[in-house]
Amino acid sequence: MSLLNTLPDYVLTTKTDELINWMRKSSLWYMLFGLACCAIELMHTGGPRSDIERFGATPRASARQSDLMIIAGTLTLKMALRTRLLYDQMPDPKYIISMGSCSNCGGLFQLAYSVCDGVDKVLPVDVYVPGCPPRPEALTEGLLKLQDKIMSERWLARERRTDQAAQS
Amino acid sequence: MAEALSEGWEANPRGAQRERTSLSKAKYFSMYSNYGVPLALTVIGLLFMAAMVGLQKLLAPNNPFRRKLMPYECGEPPTGSAWINFNVRFYLIALVFVVFEVEVAFIYPVATVYLDWIRRGQRWFALSEILIFLLILFVGLVYVWVKRDLEWIKKVPDQDSVT
Repeated sequence: MSLLNTLPDYVLTTKTDELINWMRKSSLWYMLFGLACCAIELMHTGGPRSDIERFGATPRASARQSDLMIIAGTLTLKMALRTRLLYDQMPDPKYIISMGSCSNCGGLFQLAYSVCDGVDKVLPVDVYVPGCPPRPEALTEGLLKLQDKIMSERWLARERRTDQAAQS
Repeated sequence: MAEALSEGWEANPRGAQRERTSLSKAKYFSMYSNYGVPLALTVIGLLFMAAMVGLQKLLAPNNPFRRKLMPYECGEPPTGSAWINFNVRFYLIALVFVVFEVEVAFIYPVATVYLDWIRRGQRWFALSEILIFLLILFVGLVYVWVKRDLEWIKKVPDQDSVT
């Protein structure tokens, strides 16, 4: 006998994992963090026209309050160390969207002596958004993809991504 | 009811005593149930807090490590401790600085309209106004000077010579 089918319509049932994931994906606070011109598109994405707050993403000024880091722009080698520290200082669970060609692979400045060609050499990236720069719609799509990814996680079974390298 | 009881005790202690013994158990309970409300609220509050903290302990990931616990300095590695001592003399210097700052802030606008005042034949009035203002500030400066607060190392007279 299943209890599920006997419940009335206004009683919602869920699994703890799904509830936690649903709450997490619905409040993805991203860090106010722009490295180069992609940051202009990032600001636009947070603006009223393509309102990313529809999906619960709101900018936070401190790494301590953020769940999501959007790498918007060219990551120089000097900044890479700082970015790594900022990522380490974010509370777990934390996610990263690599936005634009520069952070994906170095982009236009790939061969420059000072540029880290690819954020994934320093940080574990969840979603790559292509474009130079990506339109706000593309970044929103990236956020939706990240939300799908979050919904597939199983936190209670401890099948979660742990960042072993950072625990030094 | 509690007020009536206490008044009765004050006016006629023996009468009140008699009345108190004749009170039924239900009336006693209703009197003490006033204290039941804050008690119930306390218990509910404690349970609620325990549930919140307990759920958080149960469900939230806990992964502290050294770099995460470092002070947040916008990604810049912090140098030294934030608990350093400032010399208390800087406080006095800042206060004295306010004297000169106020002076400049008020004299500048007066200087810009001074020509208008001259054309209107009020030159001596304007000049005396600003001189009075300067005098007041100057008294403050003289006070600091006399009190030897402009010297970096202040010479405090000996306690013996004062008394």
